[in-house]
Amino acid sequence: MSREQHVAQVFVELADTLVDDFDVVDLLHTLCERSVELLQADAAGLILADQRSVLHVMASTTAEANIVELFVLQNDEGPCLDCYFTGKQMVNIDLDEVAERWPRFHAATVAAGYRSTHALPLRLRGRVLGVLNLFCTERTTLSDADVDLGQALCDIATVGLLQERTLRQAEVLAEQLQSALNSRVLLEQAKGVLAERATISVDQAFTLMRAYARRNNQQLIAVAAAVIEGTISESTLQAPNS
Amino acid sequence: MASPRVQQILLEVLDFDKPDPPARSGATVWDRLCASVTTAVPVTGAGIALMIPSGHGGTLAATDEAAGVIENLQETLGEGPCLNAFHDRRPVLHPDLPEAATRWPAFTPAATQAGIAAVFAFPLQIGAIRLGVLDLYRDAPGSLDTLQLTEAIDYATAATTMLVDLQHATSPGELHPQLADAADEHREIHQATGVIAAQASVPINEALLLLRARAYADERPLLGLAQDVVARRVTFSPEVDHHE
Repeated sequence: MSREQHVAQVFVELADTLVDDFDVVDLLHTLCERSVELLQADAAGLILADQRSVLHVMASTTAEANIVELFVLQNDEGPCLDCYFTGKQMVNIDLDEVAERWPRFHAATVAAGYRSTHALPLRLRGRVLGVLNLFCTERTTLSDADVDLGQALCDIATVGLLQERTLRQAEVLAEQLQSALNSRVLLEQAKGVLAERATISVDQAFTLMRAYARRNNQQLIAVAAAVIEGTISESTLQAPNS
Repeated sequence: MASPRVQQILLEVLDFDKPDPPARSGATVWDRLCASVTTAVPVTGAGIALMIPSGHGGTLAATDEAAGVIENLQETLGEGPCLNAFHDRRPVLHPDLPEAATRWPAFTPAATQAGIAAVFAFPLQIGAIRLGVLDLYRDAPGSLDTLQLTEAIDYATAATTMLVDLQHATSPGELHPQLADAADEHREIHQATGVIAAQASVPINEALLLLRARAYADERPLLGLAQDVVARRVTFSPEVDHHE
């Protein structure tokens, strides 16, 4: 099977995991397994960062303690950490040469029997969500095409994560969006109403409403609604101490 | 929400290694999605609009001038396929636009004159919550077959996913800058509506109708008239403009 066919098959296999009761951990696990196959590695782990930028192993090709440890300790040093903070692909790293740079990581990889490693970022809109970390028992060199393939796998993971979270939070987020759109309209309408009543510009009307809202600890949108309904007068808004 | 085709579309159009470009740069994810749908479905052009209860809420992207015309006409006239798709909550398909003359008496001749021969509008919605519309048009008449319709709906789903994901990256109550820029296109229309409501002593909804009626009668785009209203170059009054 050619590389292209293999890639296409990977995509189909990954796509098959995307059903309505979508299991993101399943997807990440499949991604780890396929990345090992396609990039001649021996172990892979998918690391995601939480809100405090702590890296967590979400999936890996083996549950052996020494492998998991290799990922966990990379919260302090290692290619995953560097990849997470820079967003740069780190490939073809010869583990014999990292003793000075990452001493603890180096010791752990030697103990586990690995000779090279790669770290590829999961990114969305220029921000890094996590890292795909691969380990090889041989000294492996990935070609540019291999790196592109690995990056594509990471992008597939990112899209899967995006879809899973939008699925989970769809109604809440959609309501927020709709509400934010409608509030913006209301605010502009209120500027027009107040501008006409007080014979001022729309910008001055905005300043008045915002100042009143702050002085009275109210939400700007509530003041805008009151302006449109006529339950608050322009003289009240213009009075400096109201 | 999670079909494989939708995932492929997202892979193609999302920004991975670069931050969102500014809204009107022509290189946003919305521009890419619209460009992509015109290669996947046999249509000439595409546009994406945000929608609000009173109608068109701002254009996120339009692949060409004609697509832009479709969005502007719907904004000005308050009628057209995206408004029906939004209100009816389902796709609106007109493979032969002139046949829609009774449905859209103002939109149809104007759009036809701009070279638009068929329109297909797909709502962007999450359950009952409606956010926008994907408008597709063709410069020759003809319908979309079942597979092509499915493809168009997958694009609409991808667009909806992207909208929701942008909101995820934004605080509640705020709009993502890309969406705010599109919504702000219409800012003066809403301001003008407020001015007219106060000038003519009418409710807000009626004020918008008055604004539209004046734009239609004077044969000018809604936004230009709105700017004149806000600048007090054009005024409305209770006696002349209030209709029972």
